[in-house]
Amino acid sequence: MIIHHPILGPRDAQEFVYLGDASLIDRPDGMTAGVEAFHDYLYNRTNPAGEHQELWYHEQGDRSWLVVTRNTVTHEITKVELARDVARARGRTK
Amino acid sequence: MSQSHRINGGQIDRSKTLHFTFDGLPYQGHPGDTLASALLANGVRLMGRSFKYHRPRGPISSGSEEPNALVELRTDGRQEPNTRATVAELYDGLTANSQNRWPSLRFDAMGINDKLSTFFAAGFYYKTFMWPKSFWEKLYEPIIRRAAGLGSVTREEDPDGYDKGFLHCDLLVIGAGPAGLMAALTAGRAGKRVILADEDFRMGGRLNAETFAVGDSQGADWAAATVAELSSLPNVRLMTRTTVVGAFDHGIYSAVERVSDHLPTPAAGKPRQILWRIYSAKAILAGGATERPIAFENNDRPGIMMAGSLRAYANRWGVKVGERIAVFTNNDDGIRTAQDLKAKGVDVVAVIDSREGGDLLPGIRHLQGAEVIDTSGKLGLTSITIRQANGRSESIAVDALGVSGGWNPNVNIHSHHRSRPVYDAAIAAFVPGKDGPPGLLVAGAAAGQMSTHAALRTGRDAAIAALDLTTGPDLPQAEDAPVRITPLWHVAYGKGRAWIDQQNDVTVKDVKLAKQENFTSVEHLKRYTTLGMATDQGKTGNVIGLAVMAELTGRSIPETGTTIYRPPYTPVAMGTLAGRSRGREFKPFRLTPSHHWAKEQGAIFVEVGNWLRTQWVPKAGETEWRQSVDREVLATRKSVGICDVTTLGKIDIQGTDAGAFLDKVYANTFSTLAVGKCRYGLMLREDGIVFDDGTTARMGEHEYVMTTTTANAVTVFRHLEFCRQVLWPEMDVQLISTTEAWAQFSVAGPNARNLLAKVVDQDISDTAFPYMGAGNITVGGLRARLFRISFSGELAYEIAVPTRYGDALLREMLAKGAEYDPIVYGTEALGVMRIEKGHVAGGELNGQSTALNMGLGKMVSKKKDSIGMVLSQREGLTDETGYRLVGVKPVDPQAKLTAGSHFLEKGAGPVAANDGGWLTSKVYSPHLGCDIALGYLKAGDKKIGQRMRIVNLLAGLDTEVEIISPHMFDPEGERLRG
Repeated sequence: MIIHHPILGPRDAQEFVYLGDASLIDRPDGMTAGVEAFHDYLYNRTNPAGEHQELWYHEQGDRSWLVVTRNTVTHEITKVELARDVARARGRTK
Repeated sequence: MSQSHRINGGQIDRSKTLHFTFDGLPYQGHPGDTLASALLANGVRLMGRSFKYHRPRGPISSGSEEPNALVELRTDGRQEPNTRATVAELYDGLTANSQNRWPSLRFDAMGINDKLSTFFAAGFYYKTFMWPKSFWEKLYEPIIRRAAGLGSVTREEDPDGYDKGFLHCDLLVIGAGPAGLMAALTAGRAGKRVILADEDFRMGGRLNAETFAVGDSQGADWAAATVAELSSLPNVRLMTRTTVVGAFDHGIYSAVERVSDHLPTPAAGKPRQILWRIYSAKAILAGGATERPIAFENNDRPGIMMAGSLRAYANRWGVKVGERIAVFTNNDDGIRTAQDLKAKGVDVVAVIDSREGGDLLPGIRHLQGAEVIDTSGKLGLTSITIRQANGRSESIAVDALGVSGGWNPNVNIHSHHRSRPVYDAAIAAFVPGKDGPPGLLVAGAAAGQMSTHAALRTGRDAAIAALDLTTGPDLPQAEDAPVRITPLWHVAYGKGRAWIDQQNDVTVKDVKLAKQENFTSVEHLKRYTTLGMATDQGKTGNVIGLAVMAELTGRSIPETGTTIYRPPYTPVAMGTLAGRSRGREFKPFRLTPSHHWAKEQGAIFVEVGNWLRTQWVPKAGETEWRQSVDREVLATRKSVGICDVTTLGKIDIQGTDAGAFLDKVYANTFSTLAVGKCRYGLMLREDGIVFDDGTTARMGEHEYVMTTTTANAVTVFRHLEFCRQVLWPEMDVQLISTTEAWAQFSVAGPNARNLLAKVVDQDISDTAFPYMGAGNITVGGLRARLFRISFSGELAYEIAVPTRYGDALLREMLAKGAEYDPIVYGTEALGVMRIEKGHVAGGELNGQSTALNMGLGKMVSKKKDSIGMVLSQREGLTDETGYRLVGVKPVDPQAKLTAGSHFLEKGAGPVAANDGGWLTSKVYSPHLGCDIALGYLKAGDKKIGQRMRIVNLLAGLDTEVEIISPHMFDPEGERLRG
């Protein structure tokens, strides 16, 4: 697979480490959310056959975490964003 | 007689003679020959025995689809089993042996299987060798493996090298027949970067095997001229002997180049094969088509082959396979074989054409509406029995029979992304379907375009379409005959076996049996009968097999469908996939800064991840490892010992939010740590299990230095980047791994301070540098870092200098501190001392244990949010009776313990229900004078002082032990504060 890194351009998937569903961005606040919310966050996934947003880490590159939008059936990649930008857009701060 | 079956013509170099042996007998051939063509030229048709019935077999093809003519090529470490004689290029001195026969190819004792064939039908093994279960491994499997099977594997090391390479192009063209050559020419002349790959050693594809004209020349000459033009273009890379074996995502293809397989041994410095990863913007599959047989009784005798291959041997290699030849066909292409062979002066006895009507061939006995219903000839074909249209049967003496059941487009690569081929009734074959690999176009016979003209046209047009060109070369004149075929999959007459898949000995009867037992889906048919498995992957047999199943079930062929094609297209040697990653080069080694010093001392090394660490450093007279390790421990605790701890991960963490960030990633608090101090940190995974531990020092207001375990150096850094970029993106915090930047040594023992005082420039007295102190110092003016931390339980420091000074620092400490008799200790002594102190390491940080299990539950702060804090409080992880870390020592000091052994109460039987936990780490403690261990024991914190048993049925261990605190040495910590 080839991932079009938003800063570095097309890179072979071998340079990356895969983590999983980009819903891992949406971590609850441990001081307010309970075990149930963290359980959902950590274990429950939609597992779609089709478009999927997922986290990849450019370990043998610039260490960017990326959100890759990939079709799990065809492996077509339609969007690659810096995970930091996505996280900020979703309201994550400090 | 030498080359008795050689006839005129062909693309072989008759000016040179090559000598080779097959089963020990000498033969001759010429450059341009394959092993199969050379053997056939010498009148040798019998080349192998079949997989299951040990039937005598010869080649049925002239290409990579060959199911039968598999040989063991070369000898010693280079011996390669299951090599297809049809693609093995002849070289002088080639040695080949037949396989799957004993004692000889002509007389094979296992031929008895053929007489017992009733018992060996599909599903035989599944039904027969089920009982008793215990017989499988010891009796059935070894017997079956010896009786059935293919070639044997050498036990010697492969002396050849293999390599991997990477290529990029605008257009990859797979196959260099008329379609592929035209596609490459179109793209090449347009200035595009083109790779043209072909599995053959001569480009041209079927043009080399046919007598067709292309433009004003013979097809083979047009191909040679086109290759010459392409090779003059700097933007075109021609790759012969290169098989594209798989289509992967985003235009990536893998290809195997057989760099040296046509030579006796690879040239100096050259690999045997290269596995290429080809990145293409666009690709064209021009892989041609493969002829398929017709199933009829005894259709597997040597001398019976594909009609197109009979023709190829005559036209390309100047070989007549027999003296008296017949052709059995259901389509016009079979007729070509008869015509070409007749033109070559070969005696064509009859054309048995299953079709009715149409024009009769002039000058050849052309039997229409006729079928071949049986054959005879023990080790090779001697006659065929035919059934004429009027029902009369007749025996005809022939020694070769060409069979044509039609041609299957080579759709394989197009199907590697699960695209299902679709059935085209006009050519009675499957053609590429929808949703193939993006960017891949198909041209020529692979697309079902079976004439030479259509191949040239679709090759050019595919290149134009793929690359958005406006024009291409003019098309040369070429034959444009239509496909005329009336499908015939198997002959209904005859009661004997009619082979569909010759490699796996699958017959029409086996397909019937599969249907009878309701294995009617093609995927079930494949698994039940083994149709289409092994080295040829059913290239000749698959389509007939499913067509027979369609007939039996009354479904259409499209309804029946095909199995999925997967990479690789043809077999790939394991060595090619491994490339250079074997032996010493399997993975890179990382060497510590003290490696050279340790090697000088004759140290023993141990692999820790990619690192080579010193395990112990033997002194003269020490004959057993324990002597060295005990000495290192005792000397350290008595005076001072030095250990290279560079392998621990080191991460610099800076920024105004560095402290807040550490509070998030560690279970305990770091924002309150004073500048110039260190603290032990416990890191959890989000699920509440302990991830890693280490000490982190605050070097400045906004600057921390974290250490991780050796094993988790990479994953902790990855995790911290995740937290920083993804979870808390607004935090002002920067990270960099400095594991490679600093050489770090632990200096431990009562004289640690005295020794260090001799090398560092600053005052490091207890007042100036108290327990858990940290700071930047200098060593002879060189910048350095000092941490007063202890893993051994001794007064201890870790000192770090830039990596390139690590070796010098070690030698300096040993020289300047000589009066304290310093020793260097390895990972074994390190382990002994940490277990004596009850510190957790790999055995305890096992990915299953919580802080509570480790007796560190109070470290998890609930006053702040941190990774894993919430889920560490789950009910199942906070059980009062859960595992707790304990120390263990045997009641009898002579008794030995073994890690992995289990805790049992006295009198409890050794069953899982009574299991109390297990020993995680065990060492011999020279201070306590006995084995000691750490372990996880259920409710272990409440069992301190009790006696239990340690049981290990595998090691024959059952001994009484005392449960003690894990802090087995200096529990008050007086020594490390000294």
